[in-house]
Amino acid sequence: MSMLQVSLYRYNPETDSAPYMEEFQVDTQGRDIMVLDVLHMVKEQDNGLAFRRSCREGVCGSDGMNMNGKNGLACITPLSEVVKKGKLTLRPLPGLPVIRDLVVDMGLFYKQYERIQPYLQNDNPAPAIERLQSPEDRDKLDGLYECILCACCSTSCPSFWWNPDKFVGPAGLLQAYRFLADSRDEATRERLAELEDPFSVFRCRGIMNCVAVCPKGLNPTRAIGKIREMLLANAT
Amino acid sequence: MVTNITNLGRSGLSDWLVQRASAIVLALYTLFIVGYLLFSPGLDYATWSGLFAQTWMRIFSLLAFVSLAAHAWVGLWTVTTDYIKPTGIRVAAQSIIILAIFVFLVWGIQVLWGA
Repeated sequence: MSMLQVSLYRYNPETDSAPYMEEFQVDTQGRDIMVLDVLHMVKEQDNGLAFRRSCREGVCGSDGMNMNGKNGLACITPLSEVVKKGKLTLRPLPGLPVIRDLVVDMGLFYKQYERIQPYLQNDNPAPAIERLQSPEDRDKLDGLYECILCACCSTSCPSFWWNPDKFVGPAGLLQAYRFLADSRDEATRERLAELEDPFSVFRCRGIMNCVAVCPKGLNPTRAIGKIREMLLANAT
Repeated sequence: MVTNITNLGRSGLSDWLVQRASAIVLALYTLFIVGYLLFSPGLDYATWSGLFAQTWMRIFSLLAFVSLAAHAWVGLWTVTTDYIKPTGIRVAAQSIIILAIFVFLVWGIQVLWGA
C-alpha cells in the first residue's frame, strides 16, 4: 500500500452553495501513474465526481486542469512530476466559470478563438488540385499548428483572467499568428487591423506563464512578439 | 477590435511603442543624473544651476518630463483597466490620473524654464 492524499475541488451548483476541497486517499501501489489514472481511482470511490477526458494521451486537450498549482493535461502528467510531499491538489482551470467539480465553461475561451477567424482566407479561385506552398513557407507554421486548444495557457495568464472578454489570450494569439504567417492566407491586413487595439494583443505583459505550462511545448509569447512586429511593420 | 478612448494613443500599437521609447529616454536620463551626482563630489548650487541653464540639458530634461508623462499615462491606464471594473470609478480614476499628469508636466516645465 502506498497511499496518495488527493485534495479535490468540488462544486455541484445544484446542491452546494459554495465550492469546497474534499480529501481522498488513493492507493497508487507505488507506481508512477498519470494524474488522470488517479482521477479514475477517485471516481471509483465517488462516482459523482465530474471531469472531462477523452483520448487519455494528450491529443484531444479535454483534461486540462490545475495540478498542485500548475496547469497541464492530467493524462500526460505523471505523479512524479507534480506530487509534493505525498499530496496532490487538483482544481479546475483558473479564471473560467466552474460548471461542476473540474469541469469549466470554456465559452469565453472559444469566443476569443472565434474572434481571430481561425480559418484560411483566400478569395482567389481555388486551383484544380490544391494551394501549393514552398517547404520554407510551410516551415513557418511549425510550432503554431500543433495547438490542441486545451486552454492551459490562456487560463494561466493573469491578463486573460482580468479581461477574458477583450484580451484574445495566448491560445487565440498563437492561432492568429498561425494564419498571419500562412503564405496562402490573404487577409493579413484585415487580421492585423482587428488586433491593434490596446487589449487584443497588447494586454500581453510577456510574463510567459503560457510558455511554462503548454503541454505541447509551444511558445505563444514568441508568436505574440511576431504579431507585434507585423503590426509595427504595417503601421510605421 | 476593442474600442478605447481614454488611453494615450487610441491604439494599442502606438501606446506600446510610446511606452518602450519613453522607457529608453527615462533610462538614459536616470543613468545621466545618477552618474552626474556620483562623479560630482562637493556639488554646489552654482554648478547644479549651471547644468540646467544649458540648452541641451533643458531639451534632455523636457524630453524626460514628456516621456515620464506619456509613460505614466499608458502604464496607469493599463492598471485601471485591469483592476477597476465599475465604469464610473474607472473613468473617475483615469480623469484624476490624466489631470495629475498634466499638472505635474506643466509644473515641471515651469521649474525647468522658469526664472
